[in-house]
Amino acid sequence: MFGKLSLSAIPYNEPITITAVAGAVLLGLVIMILITYYRKWTYLYKEWLTSLDHKKIGIMYIIIALVMLLRGFSDAILMRGQQAIAAGGALGYLSPDHFNQIFSAHGSIMIIFMAMPFLAGLMNIVVPQQIGARDVAFPFMNSLSLWLTAAGALLIMTSLGVGEFSKAGWSGYAPLSGIEFSPDVGVDYWIWALQIAGIGSTLTGINFIVTIMAMRAPGMTLMRLPLFVWTIFATMVLVVWAFPVLTAALAMLTLDRYLGLHFFTNTLGGNQMMYVNLFWTWAHPEVYILILPAFGVFSEVAATFSGKRLFGYRSMVWATAAITVLSFSVWMHHFFTMGASPNVNLFFGIATMLIAIPTGVKTFNWLFTMYRGRIRFDTPMYWTIGAIVTFAVGGTSGVLLAIPSANYVIHNSTFVIAHFHNTIIPGAVFGFFAGYYYWFPKAVGFRLKEDWGKRAFWCWLIGFLLAFVPLYVLGFMGMPRRMAFYANPAWHPYLLVAALGVAVISLGILFQVIQLLVSIRERRSLADPTGDPWDGRTLEWMTSSPPAVYNFAKIPVVDEIDAFMEMKEKGTAHSRPDKYNDIEMPKNAAHGLILGGLAFVLGFSLVWHVWWLAILAALGMLVTVIARSMDDDIHYVIPAAEVERIENERYRLLASVAK
Amino acid sequence: MTTDALTIGAGRYEEVERHDTVVTQTFGFWLYLMSDLIIFATLFATYVVFSHSYAGGPTGKELFELPYVLGETFLLLFSSVTYGLVMLAVHNGMKKWVLIGLAVTFLLGLGFVSMEVIEFHKLIVQGHGPDVSAFLSSYFTLVGTHGTHVTFGLIWMAVMIGQVAVKGLTSPVQSRLMRLSMFWHFLDIVWIGIFSIVYLMGVM
Repeated sequence: MFGKLSLSAIPYNEPITITAVAGAVLLGLVIMILITYYRKWTYLYKEWLTSLDHKKIGIMYIIIALVMLLRGFSDAILMRGQQAIAAGGALGYLSPDHFNQIFSAHGSIMIIFMAMPFLAGLMNIVVPQQIGARDVAFPFMNSLSLWLTAAGALLIMTSLGVGEFSKAGWSGYAPLSGIEFSPDVGVDYWIWALQIAGIGSTLTGINFIVTIMAMRAPGMTLMRLPLFVWTIFATMVLVVWAFPVLTAALAMLTLDRYLGLHFFTNTLGGNQMMYVNLFWTWAHPEVYILILPAFGVFSEVAATFSGKRLFGYRSMVWATAAITVLSFSVWMHHFFTMGASPNVNLFFGIATMLIAIPTGVKTFNWLFTMYRGRIRFDTPMYWTIGAIVTFAVGGTSGVLLAIPSANYVIHNSTFVIAHFHNTIIPGAVFGFFAGYYYWFPKAVGFRLKEDWGKRAFWCWLIGFLLAFVPLYVLGFMGMPRRMAFYANPAWHPYLLVAALGVAVISLGILFQVIQLLVSIRERRSLADPTGDPWDGRTLEWMTSSPPAVYNFAKIPVVDEIDAFMEMKEKGTAHSRPDKYNDIEMPKNAAHGLILGGLAFVLGFSLVWHVWWLAILAALGMLVTVIARSMDDDIHYVIPAAEVERIENERYRLLASVAK
Repeated sequence: MTTDALTIGAGRYEEVERHDTVVTQTFGFWLYLMSDLIIFATLFATYVVFSHSYAGGPTGKELFELPYVLGETFLLLFSSVTYGLVMLAVHNGMKKWVLIGLAVTFLLGLGFVSMEVIEFHKLIVQGHGPDVSAFLSSYFTLVGTHGTHVTFGLIWMAVMIGQVAVKGLTSPVQSRLMRLSMFWHFLDIVWIGIFSIVYLMGVM
């Protein structure tokens, strides 16, 4: 009846796990009770969960990202704490089994359920507004993507309390992830969480390519796109190219595990390196999927806060395109030790080093944008400058790793850990934070308090350096990655410093939480009545903060790069139109939420081999999709009078500020 | 100067008030097909890598019956032709012929899937199932993924027969028929790849 599922799946004899589970369940209950107490369920359902508004979907994505950041970061604290203690014969507080689950969960969560939703959230809020559109091309599919991501995140959270998570690392290398060496449900949780969220990402990719290609305001030619839109476009091309490979690779691993096939097994002709190749065919572009949007944020922030047009716009576009193409020609540098011929390794080594060139172009363009600018040091600028400085180091260590002969020596050591955290934390996380501070007032209508933001930044920057510079050194000292405990006492002092670094980052995260709470309490004094708090250059600052559901009452006409700045200079930025027209917008729909819920049930029942439930969930999904496809009445009209009322209110606010 | 920009704006802006949804949907669906094609490309690559990993099991030469597969191929190719005729009928607004054409296409597609199921069943019963060797794993997965796609195409087609019958040839229905047409022809092209690389090269 319940497949492999029984009460023994709940890890009540593991104090750390069960405390975490109890905490999470308790927190969930408290939130639910509060919602019930304030009678907000209807509001939540009608205004948020079933909403097809890209701005609300974006905010929900970022909430998922921040929650999962806390989860992934807790894993980091546990690992660094363990390694700070478990030296020279001490075993620490984590069993090797548990430690393996934690590093697997940390990687999977941070990449798929923190970074991906964060970037999806930022682009959802910003891209339609930057191109002067009222929504994305496929608003319903957008909601579906969100709920598939949420279903995957929920599945990975469930593995904490029911059963266990994968012990095969975030990359799930076969044959370790195969049924022979991982017979329990951990890998299945990993597979289905990634598979469901990955399909959501592919749909997002399709959606935003079409949005950027087909929904731009008149006059916004490709070479007038804000650079953030360009980087998102390149990212979405990468998503649509790369994610299907992951889908196929995971499907084959699933068949190996569930039906005893022989793709990646040691026996009957299977080949484990096939998995490794396919995995990195997705996962290397995935790195650029995370980093390119952050490059877009840096470009926007550097231009806005230097009060100048972005330096070398065209070279930025070409550099982005070059990175997009090159990112597909370097995957083998993740396993130079596979045993390919020296010439193959040489090809991938050189291709990898080539990526440093367009990346360098970008770095210099940001510096030249700031050069002789009137730089304003608001929080987004802190994160940007901090990222440029530290990312340069991370990129350089990447060039070092790209040399196959050097790679043979430091392969699988903590040097690699230090390198990719040194690229992804400044290159992606700092970028997403810069975007979070930059667009927060646009999304919700008030700024975040600057002082707490700057404190958080310094903690993050210093904590990051303390946590990862020692790992570079440890790599040279020969410490392998993923060690639950170790005998060499010489490594211990460095791991203590790394643990201190994590403590400092924790402080940074604490300050960010405080900042959010304080800013919500003081939202009136921090309010942004103009819609343009930073003297912005691009079209998203033309709308009110938060924007009306339709973004633009009249679609703007674009004549230049930095269209809004040009309008402000000409004095046409806020000119009132003579008359307003009716606006057609997509109606709310519950189908995305239902499909996400059913996808979770499907994933869960497949993990536990509850076949009847899996069949029911799959049939339910099919019926929901068909039901949605029958519905032709998917729009509603906002009458011109209502548009005029909303716009008049906005002009009244604008006028009150001007006085 | 300012007024100029505004008057030009007013004229240009009216055009974009409503984006052409059919074109947008077609473009989006095209991108979906390309992403699906990458799944197939991955499976093709895997098949080619494993095409001689028999692990002591049977080879393609011993297993594949070319005349039978040719029969399958003709069913699928003819169904593509009949779907082409469906689209002609759609453009001419001939609802009755659209329904007849869809029904014929459906039957041809069903014939294809049935033949494939029989072929798979026979192989498994004879002890040549997908768990015998990496070669058979990749064969069943590649061909089976295509078959699953055709099956979903059939479900979609059944839904469209219902929609045409109930709603008539409205603009959303036409847009859906157009996308199903792309899907159907796409599966045809993938099948040509399977026929050539798996079956023809397999018996060589």
